[in-house]
This record gives sequence, C-alpha cells and structure tokens, in this order.
Amino acid sequence: MTYLSNIGAYFLMIVEMFRKPTKWRVMRELIFKDIDDLIINSLGIVSFIAFFVGGVVTIQTALNIDSPLIPKSLVGFATRQSIILEFAPTFISIIMAGKVGSFITSSIGTMRVTEQIDALEVMGINSLNYLVFPKTIALLLYPFLISIAMFLGILGGMAACVYGGFSTLEDYIVGIQTDFTPFHVTYAFIKTFVFAFLLATIPSYHGYYMKGGALEVGKASTTSFVWTSVFIILLNYLLTQMLLS
Amino acid sequence: MIEVKDLQKSFGEAHILKGITTSFNKGKTNLIIGQSGSGKTVFLKCLLGLFNYEGGSISYDGKVFSQLSEDDKRNLRAEIGMVFQGSALFDSMTIAENVMFPLRMFTKQSKSEMLDRVDFVLNRVNLPDAHNKMPSEASGGMQKRVAIARAIVNNPKYLFCDEPNSGLDPKTAIVIDNLIQEITDEYQITTVINSHDMNSVMEIGEKIVFLKDGLKAWEGSNKTIFKTDNEVVTDFVYSSNLFKRVRKMYLEENE
Repeated sequence: MTYLSNIGAYFLMIVEMFRKPTKWRVMRELIFKDIDDLIINSLGIVSFIAFFVGGVVTIQTALNIDSPLIPKSLVGFATRQSIILEFAPTFISIIMAGKVGSFITSSIGTMRVTEQIDALEVMGINSLNYLVFPKTIALLLYPFLISIAMFLGILGGMAACVYGGFSTLEDYIVGIQTDFTPFHVTYAFIKTFVFAFLLATIPSYHGYYMKGGALEVGKASTTSFVWTSVFIILLNYLLTQMLLS
Repeated sequence: MIEVKDLQKSFGEAHILKGITTSFNKGKTNLIIGQSGSGKTVFLKCLLGLFNYEGGSISYDGKVFSQLSEDDKRNLRAEIGMVFQGSALFDSMTIAENVMFPLRMFTKQSKSEMLDRVDFVLNRVNLPDAHNKMPSEASGGMQKRVAIARAIVNNPKYLFCDEPNSGLDPKTAIVIDNLIQEITDEYQITTVINSHDMNSVMEIGEKIVFLKDGLKAWEGSNKTIFKTDNEVVTDFVYSSNLFKRVRKMYLEENE
C-alpha cells in the first residue's frame, strides 16, 4: 500500500511540477546553475571512470580470446558494443544516481528541514516548479555527458589495447568500425533520456517529501539512490526488450 | 485585519485545533502564545495556508481564503511576509540576494530599483553592510533581521513570525521584538507572532491570544495579562519566579 501511495505521489509531483511556472528570467538562471551543478561538475568523474573502465573492458576481452582463429579486431568490436550499448548509458547512470541523485535529495531535503521550501510556498511560489523543473531541464543535457563517456571509454580501451600489447592500433580501429549499427547509438540515447528523467525526479521526490531532521536527510539520500538504481535497471531491461529484440 | 472563525484542524485521529475564533488587528502586533503542543504552530500554518483545515474559515480583510481562486490565493500570498523560526534563508544566496528574492519573483523592477530597495530595508533592520555575506556567515540575530528584511521588502500587508526570538540572547531578542513592533507601526501591517517568550508578551503584545489544547483559553493584551485571574493563563505566565515577582510588584503598585 505504501509503495502504491508513493508511486501515486510521485506522479502527482510530476504533474504539479509543470503548474504555476516560475518567471522565465529566474528560471533561466536556475537552469544554468543546475547545468553547472549536475552536468559540468560531473564531467571529471564520468571521464575518469569511462576512460579506465573502457581500458578494463578491453583487457578482459583480449585476455579471454585464446583462439588464434578469432581476429584481434574483435577486441575493439567488443569494447565498442559494451560501451555504447550498456556501460555508458546504464553503468554511468547508476554512478550518477549516487553522485547527482544524492546531491539533489540532500539539497532539497535540507531545504525541507530548514523550512526553505515552506518559505517558497508562503510566498506563493510553486516550490516543485522552482526546485525540480530546472533540474529536469538541466538533465536534458545528460546525453552530452554520455557521449563523452562513450568516446572516452573507447579511447581508454584503445590506450589499454595498444600500450598493453593486446593488439595493434589498426586492429582496434578496424574492430570499432566493424558491423556498426547506428541504431545502437539511438537506442543508447533513448535510454539516456529516460534515465535522465529518473535521475532528476526520483531523488527530488525523496528530498521534497522527506520528514524529520538531518539524519533523515542522509537516509533519504540512501533511499533515493536505491530506488533510482532499481528503476534504471528495470527500465533498462524494458527498453532493451522493446527496442532491440 | 485577519478574522478566524471556528477553525478546526485534525491529523488523523488527533484533533489539534478544536474551533478557534479570534481576530488580528491591522497595525498591531498580535501574539499567539501557549505551551508547546498547544497548537500554535498548526494555527499559524493554517493562517499561512500551508495546512488545509477541516472546519471554520480564515478571512484576510474580508476575503475568505478557502473561497479564493488559485490565482487570488497566489496574489494574497504575495502580500504576506513570513519570518520563520529558523529564519529559513536560502543558503545558496547572499544576504542581498535573499532579500531581493521576493522582488525578483513578484515585481518587474529593474535590477537597480531592486538594489535600492534592498539597501533601504537592510538599513531599516540595521544591517547596512551585510549585502555580500552568506547566511552561514551571519549570527542568529543577524539572520533573524535578514529574515525580517526579506519579509517586508515587498511591502506586505500581513507579517507572520514564528517564534522570532528562539535561540537568541535576551538583549538581541528585545532588539528583534522592537524592530517588529516599529515596522508594524510604521507600515501599518497586520502582524501575527507565534511565541512563548514572556518578554515578547510584555514588550509588544498589543493583542494576545492564549491557546491551550487547541482552544482559545484567553484573549487580551500585555496590559490585561497581569490582571487576569484565568488560572490557565496565570499558570503559564507565572511559571517563572521572575514573573511571579514582577506581578506582585505590579499589583502592589496599582493597589
């Protein structure tokens, strides 16, 4: 019953988020601030993880190819497929659920605890529109972050492959060009947009409706990470089933 | 003027407000007092429209809040200033940005006009040099003054304060009390203060509503509270030995 009521409240929050819009000149600033907080400030960690995980994927693939009958270009092919289809959109989104999600929950939750949300409401401001809407719009740039993760993942794979001596640069480049299906990139970006929406709204829900004090802000951040991850994984499965099978 | 008629509010089985009828006058500092758990905060949040209530009505200068359209409610809220117990300043903004916030949201003033107004109200609350500080860099008393500045920057008709003195030393508390009263007189605002600070009651309680167990137990002013024989009020007011002595002296002087 609690789950159902939470799901209902979540959808009502989304509807409410679009009502009584905040003045554009204020909203514009909020959107830019959230782009900075959520996207730009995540560039470093996403780039770092993407580059090195790309390298690890390559090394593991290369080490598992024992047969001389399998071409060395398969290493590049497998790295590209893993990174574009799964690692960049899904794995990075789980990381972002921890980084960006807990930031959103704790910042909105702290505003709830310190009555800043009440202050907005008393002034007649739609606090959901003021707080959640700009985050949702800012995260429309999330695919930009994922594109960088894709590029750096493949680059990291190339570095690991060439400098680790697993195959030549030419083999790797042939591999990443082999059987390239543009729709796989489209599929990855469709997933990314859905995950971006989840990343903005689920942590906001947990922060906005939290009750209690500082300790509960921490608990709400943990809960929001768990539920954002659960829904990312679930929707990842559903979207893959719908778009690829 | 704010008029409250038979206000009732419950949370599940718990009946918090059991039918309160009172009024708060324009240009006066109206105090709601009572022990913790008496329903003061719930009453204030109902007045602010933060809580829906099951029975009764609240009207602001004749406009019944529950009968207003969403647009009218929003317009009415723009006429309300609120000072929260913990100040509720936006911690990502400087003090000047906090004070400017209602102007940015509700007016079409240019930036220079808004800055002039911010200068004026920050001077009014005796914080002429605090513009660029962050709320975390300000003391409790300063934060309260910034909250008052933010509440009055848009010339509100109604000012609500939830325990404005909590956490402040007695001297700063008196400064805040006096500031609220001066502003109320100066701008003829209907001010409603939620408090259990007896100093505030004595200093600025031009009208006092005493709540107990969700009901209005007594109504009067700082001039009549010493004279009342209402046991509930005297129990609360003279729970401190200091006030027992003050009352004794007052009664002796007036005999």
